[in-house]
Amino acid sequence: MTQTKAFNVEGQLSKLDGGLKLTAFKQLSTHTAISSMEQCKQYIIPLQQHIGVISQPLVKNGERVLKGQMLAKPGDLLSAAVHAPISGIVTDIKQHTIPHASGLSDLCVFIENDFKDEWVVRHPIGDKYNQTSSSNMRKIIRDSGIVGLGGAAFPSSVKQTEMNIKTLILNGVECEPYITCDDVLMREYAKEVLSGADIIGHIIKARQCLIAIEDNKPEAINAIQAAIDSDGTDFFRIEVIPTKYPSGGEKQLIQIITGKEVPKGRYPAELGVLCHNVATAYAVHRAVHQAEPLISRIVTITGHGVEQPQNINVLIGTPMQDCIEHCGGYTDNSDELIMGGPMMGFSLNADDMPVIKATNCLLVTTKEESIFKSKHMPCIRCGKCVEACPVRLLPQQLYWYASSQNIDRLVEHNLFDCIECGCCAYVCPSDIPLVQYYRYAKTTIWQQERERSSSDISRERHEAHQLRLEKIKREREEKLRKKRELLKKKANDTANNKTETTNDSKQSVIAEAVARAQAKKSERNKNSESK
Amino acid sequence: MLFNSTPSPHIKQSITVQDMMVKVLYALIPGTLASIYFFGWGVLFNLIIAISVCIGTEAIILKLRQREVTDTLLDGSALLTACLLALALPSLAPWWITVIASISAIAVAKHLYGGLGFNPFNPAMVGYIVVMISFPLEMTLWSAPMGVTNGGTIGWPDFITTFNWVFLGVLPYGETIDSISMATPIDLIKTQLNQFHDIIETRNDPEFSALFSGISGTGWQWVNISFLAGGIWLVKKDVADWRIPTAFLISLVIISNLFSVMDYSSNSSALFHAFSGGTMLCAFFIATDPVTACTTPKGRWIYGACIAALVYIIRSWGGYPDGIAFAVVLMNIAAPLIDYYTQPKVYGDPNR
Repeated sequence: MTQTKAFNVEGQLSKLDGGLKLTAFKQLSTHTAISSMEQCKQYIIPLQQHIGVISQPLVKNGERVLKGQMLAKPGDLLSAAVHAPISGIVTDIKQHTIPHASGLSDLCVFIENDFKDEWVVRHPIGDKYNQTSSSNMRKIIRDSGIVGLGGAAFPSSVKQTEMNIKTLILNGVECEPYITCDDVLMREYAKEVLSGADIIGHIIKARQCLIAIEDNKPEAINAIQAAIDSDGTDFFRIEVIPTKYPSGGEKQLIQIITGKEVPKGRYPAELGVLCHNVATAYAVHRAVHQAEPLISRIVTITGHGVEQPQNINVLIGTPMQDCIEHCGGYTDNSDELIMGGPMMGFSLNADDMPVIKATNCLLVTTKEESIFKSKHMPCIRCGKCVEACPVRLLPQQLYWYASSQNIDRLVEHNLFDCIECGCCAYVCPSDIPLVQYYRYAKTTIWQQERERSSSDISRERHEAHQLRLEKIKREREEKLRKKRELLKKKANDTANNKTETTNDSKQSVIAEAVARAQAKKSERNKNSESK
Repeated sequence: MLFNSTPSPHIKQSITVQDMMVKVLYALIPGTLASIYFFGWGVLFNLIIAISVCIGTEAIILKLRQREVTDTLLDGSALLTACLLALALPSLAPWWITVIASISAIAVAKHLYGGLGFNPFNPAMVGYIVVMISFPLEMTLWSAPMGVTNGGTIGWPDFITTFNWVFLGVLPYGETIDSISMATPIDLIKTQLNQFHDIIETRNDPEFSALFSGISGTGWQWVNISFLAGGIWLVKKDVADWRIPTAFLISLVIISNLFSVMDYSSNSSALFHAFSGGTMLCAFFIATDPVTACTTPKGRWIYGACIAALVYIIRSWGGYPDGIAFAVVLMNIAAPLIDYYTQPKVYGDPNR
């Protein structure tokens, strides 16, 4: 075939800078097939499950909603729609803790399940997508509420531009330990994943699709390869990449596959590539072929703190405690509940929160595995973190400047290029929670920038106010000066008159008095005028 | 159910600062044994005095600073400083030299700046410099190495003689300190050159020839080889950075070779420099002290190479027997600057 391979020849991969070889613990959750859960009584659907602003609710309290009905529409371009995972009654729209690193609450729609599982009317576009324009396809994806399911929850339709993208990279790397949801998805739904990739490829007019999988997932590689073979075209190709954390980061994966780095502050599209998670491709397949919006996803429930680790197909909005119960509940020595993997996931302080679109994994650790220490040793600048950093930062210098709040130096040392992968903290012999320091420094700088811009606004306002006051003052002074001149002139005139009439003393005295009275009068008149 | 929450990452490599210090101490063992074998009881006394004074000083200052005493002592950093200092000091240094050096190292160079991790200068080298500048005569008191006849005795003085000298300042009847001590090869070559005896002459002089067996002098050669062995193990264990010793040794060999090729009668060979004095101790154990060295990969090359250049300059043209302490501390001063200008270009940097 003459179709050019946009980048590397097969098997020629670039190396990731830094990174770690971690114990994967993947086999914990891969020995059973993906299971389905019984439906719960109540579902909690947060309206903020993506980056961008919160979605705007379209339903009211007490309203009956059907499965797949849009509950809220996107608030802006980077926002996404959310849909009802079941049919039932909206019982409440109120604040509830959402699974977010901040631990804060946000608006959620509470739906009481009527267990009828009644769908909205669906018109799947099916294989006709080939004849549908890219913009119409993007609209379908946007209306289906599809966001990146790798964890970032970036609205997929926004990424799918037609800006000369040659290569679609499907990210099936899944480099974090414990997480296996993409692995089992590829094993069991390889055809559907490729079908989704084909649709995305049609939208962005890609010439090839590379499916990147780490070499520790032979079953997934075989399943995808079998699906590619039965597909018969040369659009797809598998890139087996060495197992190393964090190869699955978008920028890192692009570096490994293309040998090029996404320029600072730019998008991968600039290199002619687009990256999508395999689960996102699967969601696109369902949206197009079944007209099913994103109302479920595969979640890995794992860790040594849960009785039966496994992957489950979970409806978005299912309370986490129900998922854990489905897996046999917690073990006696369970310690922490983490959403995401052990490297970048954040620990939750309660399990009454719902599974959201970004929930790829719920990891329950045990007390024995806890690494938390209330205090750490001083940094000895050993440089282990420098070796581990995939972005080539100097974590020890960033730590130094972060603890002394030296913002200029933090920016000079590229704090904002930190992807918070946690490699530095993992290797630190002094147990310094480095990522925590960077997050804190980042938010402090953002806060200061916000304050500066708001203080800039108020300073401008103040200056404008000051100018206005001065202008008024100047105008008033000008008026007074004119008045004074006028008076002076008049006084001079009367004085001249006086010299003329000196000899006639009596008459002059009278005239003087009259003039005085007149002057006074006119002054009074003027005063009253100006008032 | 409610849970604790802790920051990510939630898994960790188990290596600690203490592990690293202990490994460095292990790596010092071959060199220490070689030093004791070739230079006698004095080395052991140095170690005992330095360790007790360093640990004692550290404990007192931690107490004064109201810090955790036991935990901090267990990190092993004071012990390591003590060992490095003791191995650098001459084997017949009187006890108070070691005491002053140890106190300066721990109290001044380490804790006045905030303790472990905050000291800009290598504590052991600061301690060494304090006594070197204050008591230059005592700092030349190396015993004759094993196998070299000094006056009537062969090798280093016996236990009683060494003990009496180090702790009491008493020598056997009729002996002077000169009769039990001996200049190091580096020092000897320098003083001889100052008296217009070139290197070949000095090496062939029957009075000194026993001192110059092997490539870099009796005893010194094996002490350096032992430190090199321990150092290679340390680098292999990923405790010491490999760039600093590599840069240091390559730079020292290139510079000394350049000069010795130009004039071999007044400049010692590259091998002599590499295996004499404190070269290997410096390359793997002193220059690699992470706290005071450069931390950027490029910076570490520059740092190691510049130390070697300074060592060569001070050894060849300076007034001191060896140049390591000064070279290391001078580069400690430059380290933050080098770090600042050798930042790696980050991912996606347009200038890369």
